[in-house]
Amino acid sequence: MFATFILALREAGLPASITEYLTLLRAMKEGVAEYSVEDFYYLSRATLVKDERHLDRFDRVFGEVFKGLEPPEGDLRQALPEDWLRKLAEKLLTEEEKAAIKSAGGFEALMELLKQRLKEQKGRHQGGNKWIGTAGTSPFGAYGYNPEGVRIGQDESRHRRAVKVWDKREFRDLDDNVEIGTRNMKLALRRLRRFARQGAATELDLPDTIRATANNAGTLDLKLVPERHNAVKVLLLLDIGGSMDDHVRISEELFSAARSEFKHLEHFYFHNCPYERLWRNNRRRRESEISTFEVLRTYGPDYKLIFVGDASMSPYEIVQPGGSVEHWNEEPGTVWMNRLNGHFRRSAWLNPMPEETWGYYASIGLMRQLMEGRMFPLTLGGIEAMTRELSR
Amino acid sequence: MAGFKSTETYIASRDLEVAVNAAVALQRPLLVKGEPGTGKTVLAHEVAKALGYPLIEWHIKSTTKAQQGLYEYDAVSRLRDGQLGDPRVHDISNYIVRGKLWDAFDADQPVVLLIDEIDKADIEFPNDLLLELDRMQFFVYETRQTVVAKHRPIVIITSNNEKELPDAFLRRCFFHYIRFPDRETMERIVHAHFPNIRQDLAREALNVFFQIRGVQELKKKPATSELLDWLKLLMIEDLPAEVLRSQDPKVAIPPLYGALLKNEQDVHLFERLAFLSRRQQR
Ligand SMILES: Nc1ncnc2c1ncn2[C@@H]1O[C@H](COP(=O)(O)OP(=O)(O)OP(=O)(O)O)[C@@H](O)[C@H]1O
Ligand SMILES: [Mg+2]
Repeated sequence: MFATFILALREAGLPASITEYLTLLRAMKEGVAEYSVEDFYYLSRATLVKDERHLDRFDRVFGEVFKGLEPPEGDLRQALPEDWLRKLAEKLLTEEEKAAIKSAGGFEALMELLKQRLKEQKGRHQGGNKWIGTAGTSPFGAYGYNPEGVRIGQDESRHRRAVKVWDKREFRDLDDNVEIGTRNMKLALRRLRRFARQGAATELDLPDTIRATANNAGTLDLKLVPERHNAVKVLLLLDIGGSMDDHVRISEELFSAARSEFKHLEHFYFHNCPYERLWRNNRRRRESEISTFEVLRTYGPDYKLIFVGDASMSPYEIVQPGGSVEHWNEEPGTVWMNRLNGHFRRSAWLNPMPEETWGYYASIGLMRQLMEGRMFPLTLGGIEAMTRELSR
Repeated sequence: MAGFKSTETYIASRDLEVAVNAAVALQRPLLVKGEPGTGKTVLAHEVAKALGYPLIEWHIKSTTKAQQGLYEYDAVSRLRDGQLGDPRVHDISNYIVRGKLWDAFDADQPVVLLIDEIDKADIEFPNDLLLELDRMQFFVYETRQTVVAKHRPIVIITSNNEKELPDAFLRRCFFHYIRFPDRETMERIVHAHFPNIRQDLAREALNVFFQIRGVQELKKKPATSELLDWLKLLMIEDLPAEVLRSQDPKVAIPPLYGALLKNEQDVHLFERLAFLSRRQQR
């Protein structure tokens, strides 16, 4: 049974190893968790999970393996789209049903209902990803449900029947596939800082030099250490206009919060795709315009170039001269993308669109090609992967 | 198994108890993470107290090297002594300075060893200690001596998540993430620290505290330690609970807020919120 559990964990992307598995068995033998299933859950969690970002995934697998709890459809590595379920519930349930669920106090009941509704709706409701990302703040709380959405009814029912701890999914905010928002901003920031602190020139380490020289009975032995200053310079190009504004705000906040950590951090805006002009201030576009050539001249190839944008547009806007929605561009976006990527040694694209949906947009595919695959989702995991890529 | 439990002074959740007991039973290090001020450091003190073991604390700084936990060779003193013709200079062991791990290994009874804020150190630091923590022994090159632990110490390691820790290191540890206490737990923590606090004051103060924590824009959310400091001040000033009652921190800045809001920007934020809401009320 335990072996199944470990396998299920690994399948869900948790790096549980044989060593840890053996440790768990030994701890069981030592009687660390002989009082209850709950203790076993705690013990296996303390043994097999080493990163708080994985706790939520662990809880889901645990529930599934040990309680026959329904796995969420699709890949476990992706978080349950909470908004999506909320919207769905709002849309599909009648007032009576909501009241019924509330009095029945059951999440399972709700899930059942939702599933049924989904089946019924499938035919009519294709291309359904319309709900995803619509108006993030849902008034669901107004119905008197637990605003956790998915875990509807659980708070009320806590007093009546014990909810399994792993079922509470208390660690969901820590999962790194969750989109960056105010709640996990701090973690994202930390990752950026780590990135900013990397690599640097060396400077003389005086104490170590003295020590080494003493070791050498007085013959000078110079010791060098990496300079403590942050060497990383970043050039941010942010897409603005329409759908991107929220994401841009979050990315801006994120980077400006990390500003003091970078040696240099510069940012400019573009709309959909960069062309011959960028601007510095979105509110005063005209006055703050700057030629892209000038940006290329001003910032050296050692700047790390980071685009933030959804790359969702008509493919013409990328490949055609004059394809821009705002003005007549002499040269197509591809030329400008290649110029930018050619000039800067390291570049990457952060995309706030959920990664699963990238396949549906031709323009995202095009941009990804232009980036030679260096496009990352705007999640904690994505930021991490991007910083790794940029510091290679 | 006897083991570690919540005490009068320290409120441990069941999952933390299990994690500590696992680490004690299997003599493996316990890695503890969590928001600042959630009791990571104090945990080691409490475990030592509960087991009746002495505590050895090693606080890590950005410049701390793994080797310093084992021992250091004080070559500078030796050079000086050599120049002054001190006879001690002929015995190199006079210049070997023991580190915290050595102390822990050499103790005549098991001890609790706290390695506090391991993430402050260089990224290689945990890897450099792997072997020593695994085998509980190390070799002193200068004196050709092997130091072996008389008793395997209970090692508690805390991290604030500033750096990723290496996998090989993590595989050898138990792990516990301290979640920020919910209201009920916080009440117990408050009573553990101030058994004589007036009920109404504690209640109102906790209301205000959790409301403040609910403000998303805060740069630094106040944690347990700030709450305790604030309560202490409130009690010293002997403020009546009415001062806090139904006082939405967004409407009026709470009294003695300096203990709760450490960040100037956060103070400004509250002043602004208070200003706006007063203007709206008019
Ligand atoms: N569960 C608890 N029970 C009793 N007191 C607690 C608890 N958690 C925190 N405290 C109190 O909160 C204060 C801060 O705890 P501590 O210094 O251990 O936090 P920390 O997690 O080590 O913080 P940092 O990350 O800033 O070092 C202490 O005064 C401690 O007594
Ligand atoms: Mg501490």
